[in-house]
Amino acid sequence: MKNMFGKRREPLTDTQLLMTITIGIFAVMYILAMALLGGGFLHTQQIFDMLNDNASLIIVSCGLTIVMIGGGIDISVGAVTSLVVMSCVLYLNNGGNVFVSILLALGIGLAFGLVQGFLISVLEIQPFIVTLAGMFFARGMTTILSVNPQKVDHEAFNRLRDAKVEIPWLGYVAKNGNLVPARLEIGVIVAAVVVIVIFILLKYLKLGRNFYAMGGNQSSALMLGINVKKTRFLSYLISGVLSGISGYVFMMHTGAGNATNAAGMEMNAIASSIIGGTLLTGGVGNVIGTLFGTLTLTTIKKIVVSSGLNDPWWQSITTGGMLCFFILLQSVVLSKRSKKKKS
Amino acid sequence: MQAEILLQMKGIDKKFPGVLALNGVDFTLRKGEIHALMGENGAGKSTLIKVLTGVYQKDGGEILLEGKAVSIRSPQDAQNNGISTVYQEITLCPNLTVSENMFIGRETGSFINAKKREKRADEILQSLGIPARGSMQLGDCSLAVQQMVAIARAVDMNCKVLILDEPTSSLDDKEVNMLFNLMRDLKGKGVGIIFVTHFLEQVYEVSDRITVLRNGELVGEYLIEELPRVALVSKMIGKDLDELSALSESEEKENKESEVLYEAKGLSSSETKSFDFSIKKGEVNGFTGLLGSGRSESVRAIFGADKVNSGSIKIKGKDVKITKPIDAMKNGIGYLAEDRKRDGIIAELSVRENIILAMQVMNGMFKPISKSEQEAFADEYIKVLNIKTASKETPVGSLSGGNQQKVILARWLLTHPDYLILDEPTRGIDVGTKLEIQKLVLKLAKEGVSVTFISSEVEEMLRTCSRLIVMRDRNIVGELKGKDLNQEQVMKTIAGGEAKNEKDN
Amino acid sequence: MKKITKKLFQGGLSQLTIPLIAIALLLIFNLIRDPGFFSIGISHNNDGNAVLAGNLISIINGASELAVLAMGMTLVTAACKGQDISVGAAAAIAGSVFVKVLKAGSSISGGTVLLAFLSACVVAMLFGTFNGILVSVFKIQPMIATLILYTCGRSIAYWINGGATPTVSSHIITAIGSFIPGIPIPTPVLIVLFVAILFKLLFHFTSLELFTQSVGINQSAARLNGINPTFIKLLSFIILGVCVAVAGTIGVSRLGLINHETLLLDVEMDTILAVAIGGNSLGGGKFKISGSIIGAYVIQMLTITLYAMKVSSTDVKAYKAIVIVILVVIGSPVVKARLSKLINSLFSKKKVAVKGVQS
Repeated sequence: MKNMFGKRREPLTDTQLLMTITIGIFAVMYILAMALLGGGFLHTQQIFDMLNDNASLIIVSCGLTIVMIGGGIDISVGAVTSLVVMSCVLYLNNGGNVFVSILLALGIGLAFGLVQGFLISVLEIQPFIVTLAGMFFARGMTTILSVNPQKVDHEAFNRLRDAKVEIPWLGYVAKNGNLVPARLEIGVIVAAVVVIVIFILLKYLKLGRNFYAMGGNQSSALMLGINVKKTRFLSYLISGVLSGISGYVFMMHTGAGNATNAAGMEMNAIASSIIGGTLLTGGVGNVIGTLFGTLTLTTIKKIVVSSGLNDPWWQSITTGGMLCFFILLQSVVLSKRSKKKKS
Repeated sequence: MQAEILLQMKGIDKKFPGVLALNGVDFTLRKGEIHALMGENGAGKSTLIKVLTGVYQKDGGEILLEGKAVSIRSPQDAQNNGISTVYQEITLCPNLTVSENMFIGRETGSFINAKKREKRADEILQSLGIPARGSMQLGDCSLAVQQMVAIARAVDMNCKVLILDEPTSSLDDKEVNMLFNLMRDLKGKGVGIIFVTHFLEQVYEVSDRITVLRNGELVGEYLIEELPRVALVSKMIGKDLDELSALSESEEKENKESEVLYEAKGLSSSETKSFDFSIKKGEVNGFTGLLGSGRSESVRAIFGADKVNSGSIKIKGKDVKITKPIDAMKNGIGYLAEDRKRDGIIAELSVRENIILAMQVMNGMFKPISKSEQEAFADEYIKVLNIKTASKETPVGSLSGGNQQKVILARWLLTHPDYLILDEPTRGIDVGTKLEIQKLVLKLAKEGVSVTFISSEVEEMLRTCSRLIVMRDRNIVGELKGKDLNQEQVMKTIAGGEAKNEKDN
Repeated sequence: MKKITKKLFQGGLSQLTIPLIAIALLLIFNLIRDPGFFSIGISHNNDGNAVLAGNLISIINGASELAVLAMGMTLVTAACKGQDISVGAAAAIAGSVFVKVLKAGSSISGGTVLLAFLSACVVAMLFGTFNGILVSVFKIQPMIATLILYTCGRSIAYWINGGATPTVSSHIITAIGSFIPGIPIPTPVLIVLFVAILFKLLFHFTSLELFTQSVGINQSAARLNGINPTFIKLLSFIILGVCVAVAGTIGVSRLGLINHETLLLDVEMDTILAVAIGGNSLGGGKFKISGSIIGAYVIQMLTITLYAMKVSSTDVKAYKAIVIVILVVIGSPVVKARLSKLINSLFSKKKVAVKGVQS
């Protein structure tokens, strides 16, 4: 196995190995798409669009990666995102102020993180059940707030929403001869910041390493003096806050609140993490891999559409197939590794 | 020379539902002393340690560290008070690197400097002679090395009190020596070491004092010079020692001419090289050798527990194929695994269910044993083997180690095997139960059952086996019978006898 | 009283304590709110037959698919230490196959229905085998492995019927979905009873329960006792497949049509919840099927209670969540331990303290 980190004399850790595989496969897939399908794939805007559309997914996936590294699961993220969107939309439409709306988003996310974290870490209730209840509650609250879709009608916010980063030299020439610069939404910047912060947390901060320890062997972590309760609580708290941020970014992207927003986002986030090399059993995972996991998921969908397979069911079949491929790959790679260790 | 008293535990009580685990136990540790803590299973050693390290909360008594009363409510508290523990089971995280494992949970500040930490880890590892580097993933290291990293961590924490709970179970002689040198080194620095172990030899090699517990109570604290081995054992099991010596005089272990029960030629598995092996009816044989020499792997190949690659096997003269456990079982072979927690007990199931399990599997899925029959079997073996349990419905996980072992033994005895393989049946078990098991082995042999007995304690095997197969580095290097069956010959065969100048252990 | 407490909190029956308390609380709550809530009356259905009617009946009836799925899910959870989140999608597939085979013939007879059901069974078992192989042979976590079918299952169902939502009309189908003429109890309820009895017989005449629990608690020890864990795990998925086919058939028969989008949508979450409320550990090991069945009725009763309180269907989720949280909090090991300590200290004051007595 080639070493990406030249100086190391040690074999890659499980985490690094899986991440390398993901990035490699994504790169191969994208290059093939560029070569065989051409068209949109040749423009940088394609990647930018993928980022624009999935900024909120990337953010919650980071949160889910942390939770999964710690050995847990959080299936409330999509529902909380949706609740945050609806709440902020309604708030802004009732004469609210953009700054406070951001606080509202963070507050809702934080609240969910607090309660779920408490139930899971202090009362030791299974994470699946707690976050399932969280999901039910958030979805229910969204419709209680408003059954009908609500569009944002707020000047200051609209300016924020429409703000973009434009990079002309990465753009392309449209059919009518105009230069269309590449555009990145603010949401992507937010997502990038989140990814970097979480990356630093997981690699360089004590708390981050504690997540890995807790997920790797919980009883050992306890014996090593790690406050497992606190660490677990924080993992869910972070996931909650990230759901709040994701909700705001989602709102900036779509500009409307809707009861079905972010439906299935939690499963997409889990899939992104898995493809990116996070193990559900815990102790292994990283956000760079998750980021590429999200991109891989989206790329597959785009490839399907570009190939002319328009039936909606093609998308989910290929996504399912891709997931199957990655899952099997992970299991094979890791079992080969553990066989080697015995000698 | 009166050394300063470092740690005093006075009148410690600890209750569990239905059981008084510790009853007014005192324990004293001095600075610069290696103090062995001994007792049968169920005596309370483990509980006392867990109280000291904050895993359990005591129900009564007090703990004084350097004269000051301390309250220890969590492992973190214990660590903060300078009490470090290295457990028998590896309590590290295999998915983290060696250096992370050494420092996690006790670093100051929020940020980590990985390079600096790895350098420091490498320094410590080198000074202790541990073959590992800070940047390796712990899970990639052998169990022995992982154990030593755990000890390195404790050493680095400048602990005042170092508790070593069965630290040598997975180490070979070289590694044990390394550990003992380390312990003596720390002793010189004034660290108080509590050494919990079942290995009598090791206790006498390295300890200054011994504290003996029995049934949750303190029997006494003794200087090592003042307590000969024989007296120690009698204090631990409270039995008359003639019984022990009676066992040493071998009962007739001569084999009447009996037929070959099991014969394997060219047997190899994913874990062993090809070997031949045979055992006669009613014979007791043993496999001995250093850790990692392949003893367990060999018997697992016989039982089909690992993936069998080749081999022609004959049982009672007929060709049979054994590639998985059920094949072996159907051919009358039973196997008591080395690691009873991982491979033996089904912890949440009751004693009754654990006892009838193997028999049920042999009956097949469509012939369930009736509840009343199950209860009869369970009652019978609880009596015969003297299994201490609140009832046969108690989850087997709540029994002490020795009684769990008896339950598994019962399980295999129930299947009335022709050939029983016992891999370390007496490990981590109190002396009293050890004797029972050894007597049982001899009894079975008399009844015509063939037994393979593996134990790290060579004297045990010398007492029970009539033939010893010696292994080294996954090869069979010798077979000892008759008058060759003595410690010296065994050690020589294991060592290989080439380097005559080297001191055999 | 101490004995009852002990029985409730320790020992085998303790697992059923929480779900039974939940049912009791819901019953009491409803009776207070509306004494006539649980009245059971006789009314006449469309065909003019006398049938049982009332809220209680519709609760038990409506939970049928959930109960059947929960039974199968219990087995999978116990053996494989994880959950199967594809059951809804798989049921949609089963339902689609059922309808497709029904419509393949010119008319619908008892034989056609049987054939259609068996086809649905076979297909569901095949998908179960797929999941089972991923889990047992490739050692993938159940939730991850079943994520695949969850993602594309409904699309497969869609493809089976070419994107349509075909209807079936036949008195046999109606009989399965609602009432068999002459029997006042709704057929789905009878089907649940039948499946429950099948499970009971399965456990009585085989040692599957012991083997499954052994594999779930300690797979390596189970293997060294001659059990084949791969087979047991695979078997659990196949049995769940049969349950999925039954649930899909009931679902289709109720409505007389198959809609791959909506059939048993999100049922996997409720199913897992039912298993958990039933006192079974989601981490595998020991299990009680009866607990999951009760759990299914708890969930249904909760939903119906909320509807009766005029909560709209979209808002139901929020209230459900709160009740679920309360239930699992009470059932959490930490809270249970504190509660039993409290109860014990209340009762031990009446006894003379004896040293080292059983607490």
